[in-house]
Amino acid sequence: MAKYIVKRFLMMIATIFIISTLTFFLMHSLPGSPFDEERTSNPTIQANLEKFYKLDQPIGVQYVYYLKSIVTFDFGPSIKKPNDTVNNLLARGFPISFELGIITMLVAVVSGIILGTFAALRHNGIIDYFAMAFAVVGISVPNFVLATLLIQQVAVNWELLPTATWSSPLHMILPTLALATGPTAIIARLTRASMLEVLTQDYIKMARAKGLSPVRIVVRHALRNALMPVVTIMGTMLAGILTGTFVIEQIFAIPGMGKYFVESINNRDYPVIMGSTVFYSAFLVFMLFLVDMVYGFLDPRIKLHKKEGEV
Amino acid sequence: MVSKDHRITIPDEWFKPKKKAEKVAEAVVRPSLSYWKDAWRRIRKNKLAMGGLVFLILLTLCAIFGPILSPHSVTGLDLPNQNKAPSSTHWFGTDEMGRDVFTRTWYGARISLFVGVMAALIDFFIGIIYGGISGYKGGRTDTVMMRIIEILYGLPHLLVVILLMVVMGPSLTTIIIALTITGWVGMARIVRGQVLQIKNYEFVTASKSFGAKTSRIIRTNLLPNTMGPIIVQMTLTVPSAIFAEAFLSFLGLGIQAPFASWGVMASDALPVITSGYWWRLFFPAFFISMTMFAFNVLGDGMQDALDPKLRG
Amino acid sequence: MILTKQQVLNTNKAIVTEKVLTVEDLHVSFTTFGGEVQALRGVTFDLYKGETLAIVGESGCGKSVTANTIMGLIPQPPGKIKNGKVLFKEKNLVKMSKSRLRKVQGVDISMIFQDPMTALNPTLQIGEQLTEGLRTHQKLSKAAAYTKAIEMLNMVGIPNPKERMKQYPHQFSGGMRQRIVIAIALICEPELLIADEPTTALDVTIQAQILELFIEIQKKMGVSIILITHDLGVVAKIADRIAVMYAGKIIETGDKREIFYTPQHPYTKGLLNSVPRLDLLEEELQPIEGTPPDLFSPPKGCPFTDRCPFAMEVCGEVYPESTERSKTHVVDCWLQDERSKLFS
Repeated sequence: MAKYIVKRFLMMIATIFIISTLTFFLMHSLPGSPFDEERTSNPTIQANLEKFYKLDQPIGVQYVYYLKSIVTFDFGPSIKKPNDTVNNLLARGFPISFELGIITMLVAVVSGIILGTFAALRHNGIIDYFAMAFAVVGISVPNFVLATLLIQQVAVNWELLPTATWSSPLHMILPTLALATGPTAIIARLTRASMLEVLTQDYIKMARAKGLSPVRIVVRHALRNALMPVVTIMGTMLAGILTGTFVIEQIFAIPGMGKYFVESINNRDYPVIMGSTVFYSAFLVFMLFLVDMVYGFLDPRIKLHKKEGEV
Repeated sequence: MVSKDHRITIPDEWFKPKKKAEKVAEAVVRPSLSYWKDAWRRIRKNKLAMGGLVFLILLTLCAIFGPILSPHSVTGLDLPNQNKAPSSTHWFGTDEMGRDVFTRTWYGARISLFVGVMAALIDFFIGIIYGGISGYKGGRTDTVMMRIIEILYGLPHLLVVILLMVVMGPSLTTIIIALTITGWVGMARIVRGQVLQIKNYEFVTASKSFGAKTSRIIRTNLLPNTMGPIIVQMTLTVPSAIFAEAFLSFLGLGIQAPFASWGVMASDALPVITSGYWWRLFFPAFFISMTMFAFNVLGDGMQDALDPKLRG
Repeated sequence: MILTKQQVLNTNKAIVTEKVLTVEDLHVSFTTFGGEVQALRGVTFDLYKGETLAIVGESGCGKSVTANTIMGLIPQPPGKIKNGKVLFKEKNLVKMSKSRLRKVQGVDISMIFQDPMTALNPTLQIGEQLTEGLRTHQKLSKAAAYTKAIEMLNMVGIPNPKERMKQYPHQFSGGMRQRIVIAIALICEPELLIADEPTTALDVTIQAQILELFIEIQKKMGVSIILITHDLGVVAKIADRIAVMYAGKIIETGDKREIFYTPQHPYTKGLLNSVPRLDLLEEELQPIEGTPPDLFSPPKGCPFTDRCPFAMEVCGEVYPESTERSKTHVVDCWLQDERSKLFS
């Protein structure tokens, strides 16, 4: 187990390193420098930038300083907002984005697993057809489309829920719904497929031959095995939810990091783009690491795996 | 159960030895179908998948001919006719610049289909080369190539795509480049898995022992046998690329105004969402969802049809 | 060893009167993509207390379907029990409600599966998999169930049972896993044990150990065993009686000596001739030619007609009635009819 954790941890560091380096050189490959004076109009900002990025030094030195700044978690100043640093923006915006992401994740995981499990247990029954219809529709409607449709119908036409902001639980319903539908659909499909496969396994047949109750067979014997593939996609799904927050926050005017990020893209605030990309990547890669740990905990066989097999 | 009165009803002659000729078992009557024919027969029975296919064919026709046949141009401004509801002149209404939503919708279909298909094709070529080499060579090469894949797989794709778009600047070409830089990894993994499975089949060993070249083995033996899951993966790549394009355009990183993409149209409709101009959101939203739906059900149908495990 | 087996046989003879299980005219079909497969087409047999009945035949002949039907494990759909009874203690298991059936499964009747690598749940500790049956059916306390499980592991020959209880299936070898599967099957002290190819997936040396274990257990617990196998070597070692299945029917039954020394059905003879035997080194193996009939549309007469070297006109037309050659030896074959000698 220790070996597994160490291996995954090193992978995580490698990935963060790669993405940081990629970000740095991509930004510096832009025609001119993204930090040229013509891009900023404010001398204070220009001074801040030159100081932070050591713009007078050769690129190799800049790169080393950049890596150092990432290790110390200092992402530098903003180009467009003279008194703000990327760290400030993150401190303000990320907690809200995180809240949105976590609520969405919980909703998606819980409802997706329940839906997928019941669909598999009633294979080819009404619930199955309903769940699969929901799943394929849920996967097909992009979250920003769903968000706008929800605002138009539920908030504007029916006036049931508020259209925007993140100020009360009532305000959270529509954004969460818009963001969670896709992941719920993905989890439901995966749970169903994996559950159907697990239910044909010999150990399930054996559990039935033991005369155990159907509830115990499903909950104790089938579910844990069926959830393995679900856990493995949790990381990528979280990435999807996180990027989803960019548009959802934009649409619902939620003051999270996603909104700042989109703003920074639109007015080409390069330090904010760089900082948030690296921060978000690091966060996601760390989450992937956590997911791997959960997987190792769920599957006792992982402890013996010296090297992973196929695929 | 056999009743006791057989002794009476069965004539003695029946106890003659059966003639040899009649002993030959009848040949198997059921026709043996080829893999592809069988798959096609199965998918034809899947109404949803066929519906998806029909929708996509119609959409392709509209995308090709819609903008040509329409009297309105994609970018043509008509300021007096802003935000007009659907009518006989503007079937899908007009936007805030008086541009015809009907024409723009089909133009958007061109963009979406083009991005989706190109992304899938490029992923396919890169994936099949990378995955094929990795799976076929095996050993150290495979380990190194898979380690690279593992790391790339850990990268948050859409973030990388956003970063690339910021750097490369928004355009159709850059969208496709950005999507394929991150997208081929999944395909390569699938190809490798398939190759590993099939590599040890006897016919491969056989052609190897006859001294066939590596490239020939890959081409004539491995590729045809790995196509099923790969085609499915391609079909499912298309909707995710379409989503990514719309998402980027929605964020302002994709197709730029005045040109139309479903993402751009939905994004433009957002500020006027409370004004009752429903057609501006409805048409791009409907078609993007339907297109993704069609590709998804088609991909699912193909998965069921091509999976040899399910063949009865 | 052979002596012990003989003793077992003798004790069986003494108590042969008490029937544990009666299977009557069982018909089971499966609806598949290509149509209806008639997997069982009228299977009838009895099982007596403390005996081992081996059901043998080629793969696809319906052995496993028979086992699964008795155990109540036929998924419906696609499976369907069209006709027949499975009487256990005068109760028809086929007609029993699922919840009542669960009070029989694992308690009175247990099953051992072919592949010990897949029969154990990879994510649960051995201890839990052993004790859950006890805790469900006999409402034992955790401690009592634990003691009983240790006892059981000792009996099936697992060393260090206390440490092993906390381990997961992947930490055991194939032979050890099969011992655990057997322990699980026997922990509620069932009267009937169905073993579906229990040694097929194991190495030859391990096979022998597992067979010894079966004999020992039967002696200790007096459990009746239905052994499903295609391996006549296994049959020779532990069966008391043998039922030979072909194309969804039992075509010959008899006690071990009757089947091995005076087989009547040409299929049984063919089966015995196709097995390598150490005592008949000089003789060549004779595989049975041809393949079993398609069970989508089974033949109306004897299903073996097309492969039978002695086939007569009647064989393809009418299924032969059962002929009792002794109290235990029954065969379905037209060659038993005296008229078969008319033309030879």
